[in-house]
Amino acid sequence: MLYRENGQFKTSYRLDQQMLPIRQDRLLMIGLLLAAFLVVPLLASDYMFRALIVPFLILSISAIGLNILVGYCGQISLGQAAFMAVGAYAAYNLTVRIPELNFLIVLALSGTIAAAVGVVFGVPSLRIKGLYLAVATLAAQFFIDWLFIRVKWFTNYSPSGSVSTSPIEIFGWVVDRPVDKYWLVLGIVVVMTVIAKNLVRSAIGRSWMAIRDMDVAASVIGIRPMHAKLTAFAVCSFYGGVSGALWGFVHLGAWEPLAFGIFLSFNMLFMIIIGGMGSLLGSFFGAAFIVLTPLFLNQLPTWIGIPMSTAMISHLEFMIFGALIVFFLIAEPHGLARLWAIGKEKLRLWPFPH
Amino acid sequence: MNGRKIGGVILQVEGISLAFGGVKALSDVSFDVREHELRAIIGPNGAGKSSMLNCINGVYTPQQGRITLHGRSFSEMTPHRAAEMGIARTFQSLALFRGMSVLDNMMAGRNLRMKSNLLLQALRLGPAEREEIEHRAFVEKIIDFLEIQAYRKTPVGRLPYGLQKRVDLGRALAMEPTVLLLDEPMAGMNTEEKQDMCRFILDVNDEFGTTIVLIEHDMGVVMDISDRVVVLDYGKKIGDGTPDQVRASPEVISAYLGVAH
Amino acid sequence: MTLNLKRNWPVATLFGLLALGMVLPLATGQSAPGFYIEVLLGGLMAGVLYSLVALGFVLIFKASGVFNFAQGAMVLFAALALARMSEVMPLPVAFGLAILIMIVFAWLVERLVLRHLVNQEGVVLLMATLGITYFLDGFGQTVWGSDIYRIDLGLPKEPMIVGQATFEGGILIGQHDLFAAMIAALLVMCLAVFFQKTPTGRALRAVADDHQAAQSIGIPLNRIWVIVWSVAGFVALVAGMIWGAKLGVQFSLQLIALKALPVVILGGLTSVPGAIIAGLIIGVGEKFAEVFLAPVLSSQFGLAGGGIEYWFAYVLALLFLLVRPEGLFGEKHIDRV
Repeated sequence: MLYRENGQFKTSYRLDQQMLPIRQDRLLMIGLLLAAFLVVPLLASDYMFRALIVPFLILSISAIGLNILVGYCGQISLGQAAFMAVGAYAAYNLTVRIPELNFLIVLALSGTIAAAVGVVFGVPSLRIKGLYLAVATLAAQFFIDWLFIRVKWFTNYSPSGSVSTSPIEIFGWVVDRPVDKYWLVLGIVVVMTVIAKNLVRSAIGRSWMAIRDMDVAASVIGIRPMHAKLTAFAVCSFYGGVSGALWGFVHLGAWEPLAFGIFLSFNMLFMIIIGGMGSLLGSFFGAAFIVLTPLFLNQLPTWIGIPMSTAMISHLEFMIFGALIVFFLIAEPHGLARLWAIGKEKLRLWPFPH
Repeated sequence: MNGRKIGGVILQVEGISLAFGGVKALSDVSFDVREHELRAIIGPNGAGKSSMLNCINGVYTPQQGRITLHGRSFSEMTPHRAAEMGIARTFQSLALFRGMSVLDNMMAGRNLRMKSNLLLQALRLGPAEREEIEHRAFVEKIIDFLEIQAYRKTPVGRLPYGLQKRVDLGRALAMEPTVLLLDEPMAGMNTEEKQDMCRFILDVNDEFGTTIVLIEHDMGVVMDISDRVVVLDYGKKIGDGTPDQVRASPEVISAYLGVAH
Repeated sequence: MTLNLKRNWPVATLFGLLALGMVLPLATGQSAPGFYIEVLLGGLMAGVLYSLVALGFVLIFKASGVFNFAQGAMVLFAALALARMSEVMPLPVAFGLAILIMIVFAWLVERLVLRHLVNQEGVVLLMATLGITYFLDGFGQTVWGSDIYRIDLGLPKEPMIVGQATFEGGILIGQHDLFAAMIAALLVMCLAVFFQKTPTGRALRAVADDHQAAQSIGIPLNRIWVIVWSVAGFVALVAGMIWGAKLGVQFSLQLIALKALPVVILGGLTSVPGAIIAGLIIGVGEKFAEVFLAPVLSSQFGLAGGGIEYWFAYVLALLFLLVRPEGLFGEKHIDRV
């Protein structure tokens, strides 16, 4: 009853094509954004920002990128963490070597550098698919890991191989309180989500999905597979790079090269499988899930009264992730986003059964 | 049979030979297609009809032979170049983008003509938005023409087979082709659906003047609507002419049609 | 693989470069001949082990069309099981029990995962095996523990020294490595014969080609899968035992086993001889790169330390993928519309 579209007739293509065509969705989104910017800072504790909300937001950016590549364009990448690393180290080097640069510009540049690297490692996708491509992206992951450990220039010749960053300052606003970090990341997330949504519903998005669904047919109607795939890799790595830079600067503060190792790549993949491939909303669901589960598991011993070592908890985490991946792939390949969509369908009809 | 003026040769294939490993799909096939005409390719299963279409639009590369289109000659064609030169096609096994809606499938057909770059699309600024609307208007005309307005937002995977075939045709039409290759567009349809599809094909040929090359098994349809016919058997051409000429040809009768009646 | 040079020029170039890389250290006198042969043998022996794990991949791929990312985790799990059980019982008994455990595992995988993903695309199956990897990791460490464990094969620890007459100082051959190589080579040959020459092997290939078609001609899909995953499990156990005895059973064993991925790519996903040859190539290439190339990189480019072993196999596979995606002996894939 509340969620019906009755009476909302679109009188022009422009209205039909807008991002949120249903009025209820628009109101909901405005409400959500207002709540996010104004209400959450009043309610959430510093711990919640630091451990939950900020990592969730940062990883969502990377998840959106990976979803564009894997979910919308049908490629596969087991090396997303490597592109995040490229972004992080690029940002580090830029801030260290050109300190006058505005941090937002640093972010944009880091993303662009990551995008360039992404295009290079995306070239194999023009000739190989599926599992072969997965191995190629693994090569990227391991090679880039090694590069950042061995080539000392990247870490500014730090003796331990780790780098550390100082707090971000933008136009005089020093971002060091958790709530400041939250606002910065939230703003970036909103902008990048809008861009992603725009891309996905325009010609380039259609060409990605065409390549995913049937690339031979796509080339027959005039879509260039090379252009589509490489732009997908570029956008995915751009988002990964920005996310990595934020991860390093805002969330971690200091990191060693293995912070962006293969298990982060796997986690990113899990995010979009569980959250829903081919859905921007799904990227958020997946990121939330992956961030929440370890925290939840950490609290589990106290809740059920059985003591568990941290090692045991991490094993449990592995088992749960593994089982859930298999479960989602079998039962609901479109992930939590599909379950959400089904819920909305039911809501449209509520309180009527059909 | 209709008032259209059939023009000069627009497409010519010469000496096409295609083999997969040891299997010869096409042996030295040559024929031409004239502008605005409706050319049918017929023959038993496995005769190489689909392979012929695939050669014309570059999905397969023949080992020998040339393709001449709009006066330009190629020994190797790529699907993209074919699309750019105005060739569109439908597929026997429906190569629709199952994850997308009807509207999106057909808008994808417009991609070749959309010019805004990545950045404009990302920010959905003025030119990108205008272009999207302009192409949407064009696609809507085709949707009207094919009478599928009610389904435009439905994911194609959910549509019945007959409607999917219409979407396949619609997507090809969205490319504004000069030559339309149709691979068994009426396969698997009942009589009513076939009549509809026939009507659409004839309308396309009449109203838009599109040259059509049609693979079809239904002899009644072929004889009724086509201007000229090519007959293939085991990869070789065994007949080429008007429907009446082909119907009377002894080779065609013995290979394919059976006893003349 | 024909000798058509025009088509095969990338392969020829690659082999040329590899051969050059192998000959150079000897030719320039950078290393003593005895040491050179040690490195070569070390590489070959590592290569045989890679081939073994790669065979597990190929088996599963040929039979179920699944690219089993979990092969590395299976190696670790099997080794853990063996190591822990051998603490309380004699090794042969533990070995037998471990085989049973791997068979149960294969049965569970078929029942819970594969059966429900029949005819899905390769990428979905790959991700499912990724899920299995994670689960197996967590489960294995929960059950067996996450320390470093030893497997004692009862082999003498001192290396043999041979050829003292010809080479100065002789050549050191670890007895353990030799034993490992022999076992692995034996197993590899048995498996190769099994696949190429037996009717079961043919059935497995039919299943790999098209699940539904194979079912419709009466091949019992489920049973085949259990068999194949069991054999792959057995292979994983042997590899885990050998590697575990040498390096200790620990988490990183899994990453070493993952090296078999590039081996499979290089050799061709559907080829048993390919896995063998590619394993040897990568084993030797890796060792050579680490021993002879790393110092050069370090002195010329100031790149500290080695670690080339980390990525050499992958980058080699990647280069190969670019010029010859089907690998050395794999089948070319034709898209029909």
